[in-house]
Amino acid sequence: MAALSPSDSSRPSRDAAIASAELSAKGRARRRYALVITLRLAILVIFLGLWELGTDTKVIDPFFFSSPSGIGEQIWTWITEGTSQGPLWQQIYVTLEETFIGFFIGAVGGIVAGIILGRNRLLADVFSIYIKIANSVPRVVLGSVFIIALGLGMASKVALAVVMVFFVVFANAFQGVREADRAMIANAQILGASPMQITRTVIIPSAMSWILASLHVSFGFALVGAVVGEFLGAKQGMGLLISTAQGAFNANGVFAAMIILAVMALVIEFIITQIENRVLKWRPAPFSGQGT
Amino acid sequence: MNVQTAATRKVSPDASAKDAAIAIDDVTLRFTTPDGHMMTAIRDFTMTVARGEFACVVGPTGCGKSTTLNLVTGLLKPTTGTVRVMGNPVTSISRDIGFVFQADALFPWRSVIDNVAAGPLYRGESKKQAYERARDWIARVGLARFEQHYPHQLSGGMRKRVALAQTFINQPKILLMDEPFSALDIQTRTLMQDELLTLWSELKSSVVFVTHDLEEAIALADKVYVLTAGPGTVKSVYQIELPRPRVMAEIRYDTQFVEIARIIWDDLREEVQIGQSRTLETGQ
Repeated sequence: MAALSPSDSSRPSRDAAIASAELSAKGRARRRYALVITLRLAILVIFLGLWELGTDTKVIDPFFFSSPSGIGEQIWTWITEGTSQGPLWQQIYVTLEETFIGFFIGAVGGIVAGIILGRNRLLADVFSIYIKIANSVPRVVLGSVFIIALGLGMASKVALAVVMVFFVVFANAFQGVREADRAMIANAQILGASPMQITRTVIIPSAMSWILASLHVSFGFALVGAVVGEFLGAKQGMGLLISTAQGAFNANGVFAAMIILAVMALVIEFIITQIENRVLKWRPAPFSGQGT
Repeated sequence: MNVQTAATRKVSPDASAKDAAIAIDDVTLRFTTPDGHMMTAIRDFTMTVARGEFACVVGPTGCGKSTTLNLVTGLLKPTTGTVRVMGNPVTSISRDIGFVFQADALFPWRSVIDNVAAGPLYRGESKKQAYERARDWIARVGLARFEQHYPHQLSGGMRKRVALAQTFINQPKILLMDEPFSALDIQTRTLMQDELLTLWSELKSSVVFVTHDLEEAIALADKVYVLTAGPGTVKSVYQIELPRPRVMAEIRYDTQFVEIARIIWDDLREEVQIGQSRTLETGQ
């Protein structure tokens, strides 16, 4: 029996071919990225252009649907001259503060409750029915209750943001704890971990990807809670700005406030993603398969 | 049937030995399923593993092979009978036990070195000492250049090496292995078997190794336990008298090995057929 070996073609020429193939693949990837960006910008420009054109030619009534230039002017006025209820920055600051406090309390509460109930079968069985009931109440309605009980100040908005956030985070933390791998828990147990150590070093890290996913969604909910709370009754904030504009039939004002809120949400979403990537750096990157 | 050959003989399971590392004496384990039925996992099960002995457990699918391991860890309690580890009845998870799982049980959010250091850290060792020893064990399984990698960056065989280091760093007197290499390809599996025998010969632990692969069992073991189709009980025990050290890549061509495999397979085949036809009849 003779071992056969494939004939050895010239090495340098093959290396050169591989290098040039790699180079052209990189070039293709760059060009595709540029194309995607260009198309995205084109869609934005076309959309805004048609909107503006529509309002100029009165096909779209700017009284109801505003116009890009009107919205721009409104934002500019707010920045330079302030709003009817004080400087724009202060409105943004108030809303953000309510959102953050509500988000923080709701998230911490949800995580703690989720882990405790996830680790304790009896508590979970007893409380699950109440959580289902509480969760089925349309939470925005609670806004009215909070305003009656807590007044027009910050507390009522924070409370609404908390209930918006709590249930989402709780449900995910609970599920994450339940999904923790049995073999992994047994492994930790046999390696010598105490129940406390298991919770800290196995349960919480494995629930972390669930929890972080819920934080993404629930930050948006916290913002909704704060804005709706302000909408229902407040002395300051973006929600009040919208409701004032609505009362004055100022479509520009409503759209302008909406865009400011969207930008706020996007910026914070970006920050949360950064934090998530840092905390979950052990996760395999999508599409890369086996790393090297 | 004549089972008396040069390299294997049938022995009887015996729980009377006083110095045994593991003594499972006439154990039956039943549990209630969620819909209220009683299930018998194993019945009248007797097994002893002497100190420093390598025992393999083979049997048809679903006969309770893994259950025996969980009895030794204390994660399952016997309905009747007793389980003793190092002479003492099992009450909680003993510090003397190490367990290598079939599935990947590494912590994916920890790097290789953090995974290997987990055991000593759980057991209250100082950080410095734990990481020093972890580094040593990682080097012993040949992964010195991968200390900072995360499990998902390693191949299946490398992850198994990490799992071995993670278990061996606690220097278990008793090593339980639940089909640890079944997910590996055949070449990697042979390498890992050699690796395991080397580590075992240094540490001199008593091993219970569960597998569905009869050849793997014979190649590794001092004693092979053949279980019946579920509810499992010991059908026969074979003493394997192949000389050590054994080389995994060669041993399967050894004439004695082939002879032993034929004898035990004759015994095991019946049970596999029973298990299979029962599964097909009941549809479970």
